[in-house]
Amino acid sequence: MKKILALTLAILMMFSLVACGGENKADDDFKIGFIMLHDENSTYDLNFINAAKEVQKELGLTDEQVIIVTGIPEEGDDCYNKACELAEDGCDIVFADSFGHEDNMILAAKDYPDVQFCHATGTKAHTEGVKNFHNAFASIYEGRYLAGIAAGMKLNEMIANNKITAQQAKIGYVGAKPYAEVKSGMTSFYLGARSVCPSATIDVKYTDSWYDYDLEKEYANQLIQNGCVLISQHADSMGAPDACEAAKVPNVSYNGSTAAACPNTFLVSSRINWAPYYKFIIDCVKNGKEIPADWTGSLETGSVELSALGTACAAGTAEAIAAAKQKLINGQLEVFATNTWKKGGAELTSYLADVDSDAAFTGDTEVIKDGAFLESEYRSAPYFDIDIDGVTTK
Amino acid sequence: MTHKKHHEPLIHITKRDQMVWWKAWMVRAIAILSALVVAGAVIVLLTGLNPLSVYAEMFEGNFGTPRKFWMLLQNTAILLCIGLAVTPAFKMKFWNCGAEGQTLAGCMAAAACMIYMGGSAPSWLIIAVSFIAAVLAGALWGVIPAFFKARYNTNETLFTLMMNYVAIKIVEILQVLWENPKNSGNVGVINRQTEAGWLPSLFGQRYLLNILIVAAVCVLVHIYLKHSKQGYEISVVGESQNTARYIGIDVKNVIVRTMIVSGAICGLVGFLLVNGTGHTIGPNTVGGQGFTAMMVSWMAKFNPIAMVLTTALIIFLQQGAIAIATTFRLHASLADIVTGIILFFIIGCEFFIQYQIHFRHSKKEVADK
Repeated sequence: MKKILALTLAILMMFSLVACGGENKADDDFKIGFIMLHDENSTYDLNFINAAKEVQKELGLTDEQVIIVTGIPEEGDDCYNKACELAEDGCDIVFADSFGHEDNMILAAKDYPDVQFCHATGTKAHTEGVKNFHNAFASIYEGRYLAGIAAGMKLNEMIANNKITAQQAKIGYVGAKPYAEVKSGMTSFYLGARSVCPSATIDVKYTDSWYDYDLEKEYANQLIQNGCVLISQHADSMGAPDACEAAKVPNVSYNGSTAAACPNTFLVSSRINWAPYYKFIIDCVKNGKEIPADWTGSLETGSVELSALGTACAAGTAEAIAAAKQKLINGQLEVFATNTWKKGGAELTSYLADVDSDAAFTGDTEVIKDGAFLESEYRSAPYFDIDIDGVTTK
Repeated sequence: MTHKKHHEPLIHITKRDQMVWWKAWMVRAIAILSALVVAGAVIVLLTGLNPLSVYAEMFEGNFGTPRKFWMLLQNTAILLCIGLAVTPAFKMKFWNCGAEGQTLAGCMAAAACMIYMGGSAPSWLIIAVSFIAAVLAGALWGVIPAFFKARYNTNETLFTLMMNYVAIKIVEILQVLWENPKNSGNVGVINRQTEAGWLPSLFGQRYLLNILIVAAVCVLVHIYLKHSKQGYEISVVGESQNTARYIGIDVKNVIVRTMIVSGAICGLVGFLLVNGTGHTIGPNTVGGQGFTAMMVSWMAKFNPIAMVLTTALIIFLQQGAIAIATTFRLHASLADIVTGIILFFIIGCEFFIQYQIHFRHSKKEVADK
């Protein structure tokens, strides 16, 4: 009898210990792994890497607890194997930064149901039904809109100085791919510029690559030759900013300030700060909370950031941006309010977006409600893919 | 003798007779050791890290877990198979620089079968058709430059090289055709839900079938080159086309036939990459291995069995390098530097095996001998 009692007690103690370990992860036990497409030479990946290092420092984690793997391609199964490897090495969270990593992350998530797999810019978490696979993005269109205001102010300054006429206020935009993420950012940037300079138009050129220094530079130069007086881009190299600095054309950058390399032409840059999301998922795992399938950071969460303004900015830019930012936070301003843009000469009242990605790319969700296109409402990754009036794709 | 003396250079080089095998291996061992010492010194100078812990990490990155070891085997198998593919052509002194494109052609064919047959055909049928289509596509990509070489004596180095870019551009077009979701330019994992057309796992090992297939190819290529009439013809054409013609070998026929073999094996790799490994396609699916394979083949002096070692070494260095870069938070380029140093010594030591260096003041000793 005594033996049985002792055994029962021992088993009970074991269970209670296990239970403790399961509920709250001890600090020194926690591990997170990051899978990055390129290394620091890509402005896109650098943004993710910097945030990871920042969070590591803030939370006092060691290099063994924060593993950063760079140069994992989207093709093949490198990402799958690396994600599994990180899970086997004891990571509680595995994070991947590139769109093309998504399928392999889902496969790895199915193999390791106890590890959380988080993926930036992906679209499938809300339909996939894999509980430990999650998507994240930020309402970067708000940041783009604010950066657009800096562009519009600069255009106004050029018009006031008789450098250009109001009709010549043409912006050039170097885009990576005609994909919703790019179109959403480009359109919000353009709407921001137009909110202060109503005559502005925008020419867009797509490189069909996320990272191609030479082509981005070449396209920026072509846009400048075609009469664009200000350039912005959504592509991951320094191609467009470098072209602008050489041609002395103002540039609105992305993913981080390029002021150091382009001191004379840099206006402002918007970027997603991933640190709040990293901290959020780490907190979830440490405290046994569930990570939502989609998470959209915003101005309030600190996920959408503007860099310090460049010296080339027009007077009054800071004030105009601050005012608009306040309105965005208060909800007085909607970036995609349908009364500020037209499609085919008319205001849109209804639009079916392809939110639940399917092979046929059919629209499935009504996204215009109460006079605004509700971006990043039904999933974190952008789905605004309309070429509005005033946008010319070359 | 004396009047000749001041004409004699400080160093002169002569070709050695065949070096005894154990001496040759000693030279290679010394080369690897010196490479490790030099690479270690570079690591200390640049980073201040302990080189021993860096090398330990290199082993850890290859043998640390069963998965890492399987990856070593899998990646070795793929690179080895491309190396085996270019070898018959190289032995014939046909400089096939088009393995990248020939493999990619195989990938395209295999991916097309998986995409268009997925959902409508049973998995085994998709696998069978993908296999045949990939091998044919690879062979086609190989035979085009061979035909022009045989018929018009075009330069095969440039022709095969250019065919790579043609293949890459076609893949870029197909990417747009097959992309999912719209405009992302990304094909994604094909048949992710149904796994239709995926090569099956053997004994729970995802890559075992790939590895076994390549092992079989390795043995077959060895037999083909060493013990078949066609293999003999390849050697003769490689040594001298005139001799080959003189003894009645149809040189044009041998060139075309050998490139069909070379391309077909590349096509097979394409099948393994798409149906057996990544289940997707993009311009980087082969990832430059078509070029690395040329080095593999040369380092092994076109011997398929020795090629297992040279391939394993290169993959070991690459995987180890990634592990080093990750663990010590170094830029991946440092790992490339280490790999470069080691390869430099290994390739360089072959010079000392082939040739002897004489210094002027050692002339007497040489004469004494």
